[in-house]
Amino acid sequence: MYDLIVVGGGPAGLAAACKAWEDGVRKVLVLERDKELGGILNQCIHSGFGLQRFKEELTGPEYAGRYIQMLRKTGVEVKLDSMVLQILPGKDGAPHQVHAINGQDGYMVLETKAIVLAMGCRERTRGAISIPGERGSGIFTAGAAQRYLNMEGYMVGRRVVILGSGDIGLIMARRMTLEGAKVLACVELMPYSGGLTRNIVQCLQDFDIPLYLSHTITDIKGHDRVEQVTVSQVGPDRRPVPGTEMVFDCDTVLLSVGLIPENELTRQAGIGMDRRTNGAVVYENMETGIPGIFACGNVVHVHDLVDYVSAESERAGAAAAAYVQGTEAQGPVLELAAGDGVSYTVPQHVRTESLAKPAEVFFRVNRVTQAAEILATDAAGKTIARFKREHMAPGEMERVALPPQLLKLAQGPLTLSIREV
Amino acid sequence: MKELICIVCPKGCHLKVDEENGYAVTGNGCPRGAEYGKNELRNPTRMLTSTVCIEGGIYPRLPVKTSRAIPKGMLFQAMDEIAKVRLTAPVHCGQVLIENLLGTGADLVASRDMAAHK
Ligand SMILES: Cc1cc2nc3c(=O)[nH]c(=O)nc-3n(C[C@H](O)[C@H](O)[C@H](O)COP(=O)(O)OP(=O)(O)OC[C@H]3O[C@@H](n4cnc5c(N)ncnc54)[C@H](O)[C@@H]3O)c2cc1C
Ligand code: SF4
Repeated sequence: MYDLIVVGGGPAGLAAACKAWEDGVRKVLVLERDKELGGILNQCIHSGFGLQRFKEELTGPEYAGRYIQMLRKTGVEVKLDSMVLQILPGKDGAPHQVHAINGQDGYMVLETKAIVLAMGCRERTRGAISIPGERGSGIFTAGAAQRYLNMEGYMVGRRVVILGSGDIGLIMARRMTLEGAKVLACVELMPYSGGLTRNIVQCLQDFDIPLYLSHTITDIKGHDRVEQVTVSQVGPDRRPVPGTEMVFDCDTVLLSVGLIPENELTRQAGIGMDRRTNGAVVYENMETGIPGIFACGNVVHVHDLVDYVSAESERAGAAAAAYVQGTEAQGPVLELAAGDGVSYTVPQHVRTESLAKPAEVFFRVNRVTQAAEILATDAAGKTIARFKREHMAPGEMERVALPPQLLKLAQGPLTLSIREV
Repeated sequence: MKELICIVCPKGCHLKVDEENGYAVTGNGCPRGAEYGKNELRNPTRMLTSTVCIEGGIYPRLPVKTSRAIPKGMLFQAMDEIAKVRLTAPVHCGQVLIENLLGTGADLVASRDMAAHK
């Protein structure tokens, strides 16, 4: 029997496993379905990772490499090419079961005291956003194209239109251009970009790639291969405005329209989910609704900085270690709610009595603001904390730390909201 | 007068840089913006990341980067040099693949370990 099984060997799983080992847990197993550790970072070859965590600017593979080296110094067991198929929570303190399969061990039923879920996320596809038109080849999610180009060595096309201005799409616009492709346009439905300003400047403007805000693709032509796309402006209701059509001759469409946490295992295990994040509902220590099962990283909510993934996952690793060693977090639960301008909060619940340090709360805003305040207001209408921000945008995750003394005085639920000043 | 957006921090101030007046910057929320505005007009530089061919590794491509930022105008020329590199695994992270790339003072280095694959 294992003390801890970590599902997924990306940055989240690696940080959780390293931390649990550091805290004294010895029978730890990481299960990863890919042929190596590191997760999605292995394909993110651009730089801009690790400024918070390592105080230097690293590429994705370098950042992953640091954690892989840390893990190698521990006695944590790793199984690669191993796909987890099912998780069966143990009843009344009985061990949990993890069902997994690989070419060497066959079908495995593994028992463990604790589990950390770190499966990451996957990209939304064309099906999830329904574009009209023909179904020729040449339509890829930006992340799939990134993997083909950066790891497998295939160029996916020569004349490209990108739908969505998320960071992966922007990064791919630059990458494809440097490799000799012509990126004709980046098309965004919303009136603002979903990516970081830095990426708009360095990936689009540097190469004179036009960004069409409040536009979308309304038709794709090409029976065998994409030949042409039609782009239209959208009105305030986000519906295409007739007469605004532009036509681009291209062979490739990249979709950068968002990420969805990969939670089939979580749902199947009967773990409570949050419809806003598409991830598990978690407590302050990243424990899910089932004692001994924790979750961290992109499987809980989509992060834009891997540095925060590592920090959150170390918290999950520490909590899993405490659970294995017999200290279960308990006590009254304070609920966190999303108020005006806030899309969600993670965690959704805080057990105030088990807090030794301030509770770190991550959230996203749903509008762009200049100078504004973040307010934490309790059910009695009392504002227990306020934080100033010069600038906020939906594309950038926000973080506040709520001190235990303040939380203990609050009457739940505690609502986070924003207000322009 | 040139207009650009500062990318040093998320605030994204809209800068105006006066080329005729010693690159005087206005619109910046802090001194780092003035510095950025000046450099962007006088000598813009960028980190370059790409991949090179590798044989005998787990993948056919190895990620690489410049050891520091190089002039923006040389990015495509640098890509041509990078395209000529042929490697055989093993390679270790940080290994220098081209010294002093195009005389920029930056080296081209591997940005991951790649072991020889059986
Ligand atoms: C396509 C894509 C591109 C991205 N590009 C950028 C970027 O350019 N810059 C940036 O800052 N952030 C980027 N991100 C986000 C960034 O990569 C994340 O912050 C970070 O990698 C999340 O780490 P993670 O460990 O939670 O998930 P991941 O890195 O996705 O790791 C999850 C791991 O779990 C494994 N796994 C999943 N299910 C199972 C299972 N059933 N059994 C076994 N193993 C399983 C997966 O194979 C994977 O290795 C990107 C994300 C995606 C999806
Ligand atoms: S000028 Fe200063 S405050 Fe404004 S974006 Fe640049 S670094 Fe940030």
